[in-house]
Amino acid sequence: MALYSEKVMDHFLHPRNVGVIEDADGVGEVGNAKCGDIMKIFLKIDGGVVTDAKFSTFGCGSAIASSSMATEMIKGQPVEKVMELTNKAVVEALDGLPAYKLHCSVLAEEAVKAALKDYFDKNGIPYDPAQFPEAPSCASCEMH
Amino acid sequence: MIYADNAATTRMSPRALQVMTETAAELWGNPSSLYGLGQAAQEALNDARARMAKILGAEPKEIYFTSGGSEGDNQAIRSCARLGAAKDKRHIISTAFEHHAVLHTLKRLEKEGYEVTYLPVHENGIVTAEEVKAAIRPDTCLVTIMFANNEIGTIQPVKEIGAVCRAAKVPFHTDAVQAAGHVEIDVKEMNIDLLSLSAHKFHGPRGVGALYCRTGLPLYPLIEGGAQERNRRAGTENLAGIRAMVTALEEMAAHLDENAAYVSGLRDRLIDGLSRVPHSALNGDRAHRLPGNVNFCFEGIEGESLLLLLDQAGICASSGSACTSGSLDPSHVLLAIGRPHEVAHGSLRLTLCEENTAAEVDEIVKEVPRIVEYLRGFSPIWQDLQSGRRAHML
Repeated sequence: MALYSEKVMDHFLHPRNVGVIEDADGVGEVGNAKCGDIMKIFLKIDGGVVTDAKFSTFGCGSAIASSSMATEMIKGQPVEKVMELTNKAVVEALDGLPAYKLHCSVLAEEAVKAALKDYFDKNGIPYDPAQFPEAPSCASCEMH
Repeated sequence: MIYADNAATTRMSPRALQVMTETAAELWGNPSSLYGLGQAAQEALNDARARMAKILGAEPKEIYFTSGGSEGDNQAIRSCARLGAAKDKRHIISTAFEHHAVLHTLKRLEKEGYEVTYLPVHENGIVTAEEVKAAIRPDTCLVTIMFANNEIGTIQPVKEIGAVCRAAKVPFHTDAVQAAGHVEIDVKEMNIDLLSLSAHKFHGPRGVGALYCRTGLPLYPLIEGGAQERNRRAGTENLAGIRAMVTALEEMAAHLDENAAYVSGLRDRLIDGLSRVPHSALNGDRAHRLPGNVNFCFEGIEGESLLLLLDQAGICASSGSACTSGSLDPSHVLLAIGRPHEVAHGSLRLTLCEENTAAEVDEIVKEVPRIVEYLRGFSPIWQDLQSGRRAHML
């Protein structure tokens, strides 16, 4: 299918890290059912390193592929490095997304960061709130 | 491959394709030319017009060939709006779930000073003649209501709506793009003043259609230029396409009843099979719907991922999900029948024709529930529905 790159289709058809982590150290959920996509990311963090990541996603092909790719990219990475994850990096790793699907990669970045914020909050780890701006990507849905 | 997207387009009938290539090869003269080659083309055009008129119960001079459904809809609406404005009538009645060819034309007219009443279509996807009657005002210049909906297939009470309009002396246009060739149409019997249709929805070619406009009702051109189509539609006639369209429509008309019986049998088998998926719902009235239309919502999943996985299983279908349209909003049709956004994103449209088989339907009935279950398996919405954090809507 020409709509998506082979990389996107591979991650959509064979998503990595699907599932939930019952005793997760950080959980982040972003998106809105009204908009048609919700991403939930679960992290296990040990010694400042993301040792495991899983996701549950309600959404289109690129939302599922973005979740899969984002979790792959952060597994085994130190928390400081994960904080630097950008939607652009996810898009590049997927060999691109159609312009109107870039939103999905933004959700993936936000879901990872929301999970980290949850981890920081639970463990009393100080952070700069400016690093976690309110998700703007679904603002347009609020008009419904 | 199982093709179950016949509302999007259909495969051309072999006979229509043959007529198209033969016409292009042999009757290639310009019908406006005076010499024999051109006149032969003119005769073939007249013949096609008469045959099209006969199928619709119209007179040949009431048929105008167009480039397809969108053009017919645009011309019918714009023409009636212009007629209305001349009498200072600028109110139009339509429904909330028309095709975009109608809706976007109406939106444009609203910007130009017209007022449009969009009648509700209720949970069953059907507007009533009483509601149309109640909405008609002294300044109403047009009622435009589709014959059958393109997404959920519901058939409107066209004859009754036409009678109400006729009594009030308001022109009635119907977008019959999904209906033509699939259900009986008689423009006189059904009190229709204008009707648009498109060839590729009934095994004809792309890029050709027809607009019926009742004698006595003025029709203004949308495309200005030459004197073709009695000055109502400029441009050298697409004779190959027109003849192929008429051939395809005649084939459909000749087998209308048997096709409807066979295809609606497949449709019902598919509806029964998919109804077994928990937390799913058929969209649109079950009885008053096109023979080939099946449209479901499945809670907890999103339509585009369902379509991509069906494609992997060799099944071609469509969805009213926002992600398939490139917009944030799901189908306006599903919203119009009251489906919440969350549910409308998880819609699946399967549209069958007489080329489909029971074995194909059984394959779809096997694959769809498998894929829905797989996607629900990692859907956070489904997890919330299962745990009770979120209440079921279906």
